[in-house]
Amino acid sequence: MIPELGHYALMLALGLALIQGIMPIVGARTNDPVLMNIATSTALAQFVFVAIAFGALTECYVFSDFSVLNVYENSNSAMPLIYRLTSVWGNHEGSMMLWVSILAFFGALVAFFGTNLPATLKADALAVQAWIAAAFYLFILATSNPFVRIPDAPFEGQDLNPILQDPGLAFHPPMLYLGYVGFSIAFSFAIAALLEGRIDAAWARWVRPWVLGAWMCLTIGIAGGSYWAYYELGWGGFWFWDPVENASLMPWLAGTALLHSAVVMEKRGALKVWTILLAILTFSLSLIGTFLVRSGVLTSVHAFATDPTRGIFILAILVAFIGGALALYAWRAPALKQGGLFAPISREGALVFNNLFLTSACATVFVGTLYPLALEALTGDKISVGPPFFNSTFGPLFIPLMLVMPFGPLLGWKRGDLLGAAQRLLTAAMLAAVAIAAAFALEHGGPVLAPFGVGIAVFVMAGAVTDIAERTMILRIPFGAALRRAIGLPRSAWGTAFAHFGIGVTLLGIVGATAWGGERIAAIKPGDTLDLAHYRLTFDGQFNRTGPNYRDVVGHFTVRRMSGELIGAMEPSRRTFPARNMATTEAALMTRGLSQIYLSLGDANPDGTVSVRLYFKPNVLMIWLGAVIMFFGGGLSLSDRRLRVGAPRPAKVRAALQAAE
Amino acid sequence: MTRKQRRLVLIGAGLSVLAVAVALMLNAFRDSIVFFNSPSDVAEKHVEPGTRIRLGGLVKTGSLLRDNGLLIRFEVTDGKSEIPVTYQGVLPDLFREGQGVVAEGALDGAGVFNADTILAKHDETYMPKEVADALKKSGHWKDDYAQRAAMPVTGVNK
Repeated sequence: MIPELGHYALMLALGLALIQGIMPIVGARTNDPVLMNIATSTALAQFVFVAIAFGALTECYVFSDFSVLNVYENSNSAMPLIYRLTSVWGNHEGSMMLWVSILAFFGALVAFFGTNLPATLKADALAVQAWIAAAFYLFILATSNPFVRIPDAPFEGQDLNPILQDPGLAFHPPMLYLGYVGFSIAFSFAIAALLEGRIDAAWARWVRPWVLGAWMCLTIGIAGGSYWAYYELGWGGFWFWDPVENASLMPWLAGTALLHSAVVMEKRGALKVWTILLAILTFSLSLIGTFLVRSGVLTSVHAFATDPTRGIFILAILVAFIGGALALYAWRAPALKQGGLFAPISREGALVFNNLFLTSACATVFVGTLYPLALEALTGDKISVGPPFFNSTFGPLFIPLMLVMPFGPLLGWKRGDLLGAAQRLLTAAMLAAVAIAAAFALEHGGPVLAPFGVGIAVFVMAGAVTDIAERTMILRIPFGAALRRAIGLPRSAWGTAFAHFGIGVTLLGIVGATAWGGERIAAIKPGDTLDLAHYRLTFDGQFNRTGPNYRDVVGHFTVRRMSGELIGAMEPSRRTFPARNMATTEAALMTRGLSQIYLSLGDANPDGTVSVRLYFKPNVLMIWLGAVIMFFGGGLSLSDRRLRVGAPRPAKVRAALQAAE
Repeated sequence: MTRKQRRLVLIGAGLSVLAVAVALMLNAFRDSIVFFNSPSDVAEKHVEPGTRIRLGGLVKTGSLLRDNGLLIRFEVTDGKSEIPVTYQGVLPDLFREGQGVVAEGALDGAGVFNADTILAKHDETYMPKEVADALKKSGHWKDDYAQRAAMPVTGVNK
């Protein structure tokens, strides 16, 4: 009964989306407020019905209803509750349900909070949002129905893919989707602006919080995925330049560019046409990411779909939306009015610089990711484009971006003083020089360029601090006065500084972990020791352990300093899941400050030894810590008074809410 | 500067960054692309020793030898040709004889493939797509592979 209810709710949502996609547009053209207002109520109702459908699917998983094919294939009653919940989106059908749920959620948010939007803009934007939703509802209902029943319900399910049985999966896919799908709002507003043929600075003010929110979620989602790959896959790598990872990085790069160009548009009314294009491209890249990951053209843990009709369906959605949007852009964009003037050396100039390098870097990732697919389709040659390609294209484009980043916030709008900014960054540059010298003196054996990487990271971080120091005039005026200035600073200024600082932290982590890490691979037997960096590990032996739906072979290791002082124990394991007859490697991690010791267990050898991989990863936690700082910076910026004042809720709605409480 | 000049500066800057990006990509494509080959391809195409390639096929049954635990030797076959492979390190979880494998590395002068990466596939029902295609080409594709490949969940691409 419950699955049928979910199925029915989803069909109703499709019906509502079709109404929402047509009526408001007609209303906006004929200036009919009744038709335009349909958008608000249908968007809210649509969300209710999608939530019912998603809730129904979740119910089937939580209570292990194996008469539903999707649940049978991806769940098992022995799994802990959290994995029964996460396995809702740990498969193709369920993850598409999550996708549309978030899409409908964002649509409802716009409908609910967008009360101060111009009526036609809101109607158009919600209609575009409904087109996207309708396409994906159709996709789910036609090719990926999660509510299909099995005539004879089995007693037990087939279990979730073991490497997906991880707490990280409770949070990585929803965050990533919040990011991907959040950019749909920017897309819908961009299309609405093109339909209206009119765009102004206020447009950027409405759209920017959505972009910022999506960007934050995507940042933390990518970081979460990277940390998951780091500890779950047993290789100690945090980024593989895997097509699936690139699929999430591309919208992030374009979204970051969009975030910055929207600032220029909001403050100065310039770069309008470019911002619209970026909004379209960012969501297009999100769609391409969905296509790459879900169509099965790439084989990976994410490629749940092996049914070719699904790939073709998503491809059709892709072509319709991206092609349609770009065609509309080509047709209508020339009609948009030109914006304000600025000199090349100015805040705007710096942000244009940012946009140029971010989009170029994004383009290299795009080419590197799609070229193998294109080549195979055209010539049949199978190639792989691996890390060397990205390191030698993406890297050189990111370095100038990092170097110029601290200058941006110090330059004035319209016409900036480059010499003045350089003088103010002198301290930061000196700190960077000291860091380079220290890195050369203290670390040996790493790549020659690594100390310069440290220097750039320190420059970026010190530059962010300089920005705040300059604005608060700390050290130049009495401390109390500086503190008052600090409190009075707009939160967006703090947000910028934190986000930029976070990039520096991440960069420092990447350089540390890749350049000065240590690695030992050895075949050892109980009693053997392994030395790495300042630590000595003793292998004490192996024992068996049984989990709810798996068996572990655990290796016990004692960790000491070289001096002999005991630090603790590490217990990596090899885990077998009988339901799928699969094995995974569960690495053991020991955190020392911001660095980690990483130990994973390999096969047992015929001579009684066990293969182990031991890594020392200096500063590796900074990679993800930096992303958390960026997320926090985004949050500060999002809570800025200007954005709240710019989009006030009418008092009536607030009063109604309070009354309801 | 006039509006026109400023726009020209912008366009110029954009084009030059784009040109740099294209140059970087072309350069990287020349150096860092790795072609996928089956053992038969290696024999037919006379792949030069030292050229990085990906070698894919089945791990020949009975060919796996572990020297002192870490140095591993096995043969990759597609039914027509076989290539001996050496690998130093820890094998991925689901490396088994008779299963599909993709190894990345280069041939040495003696025709032995020195792999530095063995692509780990975390699901035993999973057949790497390249390997499946290569086996189909050489006529060694068995139906049960297709059934396995049709199973709902595929492995991780690491």
